Amino acid sequence: MSDNPIISITGLSRRFRMGAGDFTALHDINLTFKEGEFAGLVGPSGSGKTTLLNIIGSLDIPSEGEAIVLGKSVATLSHKESAMLRNIHIGFVFQTYNLLPVYTVFENVEFALLLQKKNAAERKKAVMEALEWVGLTDKERSRPAQLSGGECQRVAIARAMVKRPSLVLADEPSANLDAQNSHHIVQTMKRLNRELKTTFIFATHDEKVMKYLDRIITLIDGRVDKDVFVESSKN
Amino acid sequence: MIALKLAFRNLFGAGLRTWLNVFVLSFAFVIIVFVNGMLDGWNRQAYNDTKDWVAGNGQLWHAAYDPYDPFCLQDAHAPVTGKISGLVKSGQITPVLITQASIFPGGGMQNILLRGIDTAQRIIRIPSASLKASGEGIPAVVGKRMAAAAKLKKGDRVLMQWRDKNGTFDAKEIYIAEIFSANVPSIDNGQVWISLHELQKITGLENQATLFVAGGQYAGGDVDNWVFRDLKFLMKDIDAVMAAKKSGTSMVYILLLALALLAIFDTQVLSVFRRQKEIGTYIALGMTRGRVVGIFTAEGTVISILAIIAGFIYGIPLLMLIQKTGIPMPGSVDDYGLAISDKIFPYYSIGLMMSTVVLVIISATIVSYLPARRISKINPTEALKGKIQ
Repeated sequence: MSDNPIISITGLSRRFRMGAGDFTALHDINLTFKEGEFAGLVGPSGSGKTTLLNIIGSLDIPSEGEAIVLGKSVATLSHKESAMLRNIHIGFVFQTYNLLPVYTVFENVEFALLLQKKNAAERKKAVMEALEWVGLTDKERSRPAQLSGGECQRVAIARAMVKRPSLVLADEPSANLDAQNSHHIVQTMKRLNRELKTTFIFATHDEKVMKYLDRIITLIDGRVDKDVFVESSKN
Repeated sequence: MIALKLAFRNLFGAGLRTWLNVFVLSFAFVIIVFVNGMLDGWNRQAYNDTKDWVAGNGQLWHAAYDPYDPFCLQDAHAPVTGKISGLVKSGQITPVLITQASIFPGGGMQNILLRGIDTAQRIIRIPSASLKASGEGIPAVVGKRMAAAAKLKKGDRVLMQWRDKNGTFDAKEIYIAEIFSANVPSIDNGQVWISLHELQKITGLENQATLFVAGGQYAGGDVDNWVFRDLKFLMKDIDAVMAAKKSGTSMVYILLLALALLAIFDTQVLSVFRRQKEIGTYIALGMTRGRVVGIFTAEGTVISILAIIAGFIYGIPLLMLIQKTGIPMPGSVDDYGLAISDKIFPYYSIGLMMSTVVLVIISATIVSYLPARRISKINPTEALKGKIQ
């Protein structure tokens, strides 16, 4: 892990309008993530994990405070700039995989590279490499409906990793998986974190995932309750 | 380009939904081409028939002549002298004298327009050679509509009464030398054609004419007091009827196109709602909202392109077959008052095809864009969860 901060969050709050009043999902969050971290935001449902992840991923903006991701302040980015940030530097892994159902595994993984306007040869090489990381080279022509949940999530990991992003944000990646598949996909991400030095940030309340994390940030009612660095993790 | 590529992928992946839209739109495309081809074919046929049978390459009218006013015929004639005589002799124009008369077929009386035409003329297709005298009575030719209305057959004899130039009644028997079949009612209904020389003789209007029909050699322009009416002028009735027919029939295909476009619009509205997660995913993967709008809009464009391809595949053989065999027209369409043959042969021009292709693509793109605009207001975090109502 490098000492370079990749994400710097200061005094961040996020409020949502709820009827006549406001609901505060995040209160005064101050966090820094370094390059190559394998960290997790943990806590019960409604604690603000996904909201924080969305802000880091420039899918949302803070109501107060600042979130600087890869040197860019999320709140000040235009739609185009935040799209560019996500397209080049950030990979997403979702609880429900969010694969594009009409595309094959290859096409799903290839998608991000299409947006980067890479040529066909470059795309093919990168996609096959990403599928190799997750052990799905034999499924490149399958469609998501033909895959198991674990396989779908591995495709989602390949899609997030194919562009070699600096940061991968995984929102409850194991929530729809059985224990064996949960271990498998987290192990895969852990391996990629070590080999490619990619920073991973999870939002999870799954104990199985937590065992692999190097840093556990506990959120309760939108506030940071604990921020613990784990000395050594499994695998 | 990426939007089109992704739109193709999405549509081919969507299967039946895509092909239903493609089929409905392709059907509308083929019908639009067919209906317009029918009208264009009808127009061309009416134009050519009117030119061949009536108008030639234009006409030179006596200044007082008005085809819609039969009472003008009393004065609308003048001697064929001077420059105009030279044109007649050189065969560039042929004179026609028109007067009112009555015939008495089967004991009843029927008012007619009596037209005299040079028996040697070849400018219009009236079978004037049959008007050469060969026995008792005045040889006359009539069209099939006139023959049917007066119950006349070839060889029949019928009494005809007319006034000469002094207003004196005279009568003589005519015999039907030939019945011609023309698609132009204006030279047929209520018209009897006899030799120009004979008409000039019986009316005392020696060497006089009401109008001249110009052949291909005539360059156009007024001559002395004779006013030149070009084809544009002579065809204005056809153009007016065609314009009216076109606006009427265009309602049919506009409705059909609207139904097809409604299907696309409906699919797009449903898509924007049902494919929220997909939209959220596109944005999360780094697409701008504008680009996502572009994909959804391009899907409509691609449907229209596929519809046109499908329309060409099954429509061209069908349309060509119809073009070869023609569409029979009911007898009642004669009432429109312009040249209509028994069969209409559609005419499909490149311009018609291209304008229909452009119309279908642009309208499909617009109806796809309208619901897709909503994407630009979608919150990606809500879309990713599929929570937007």
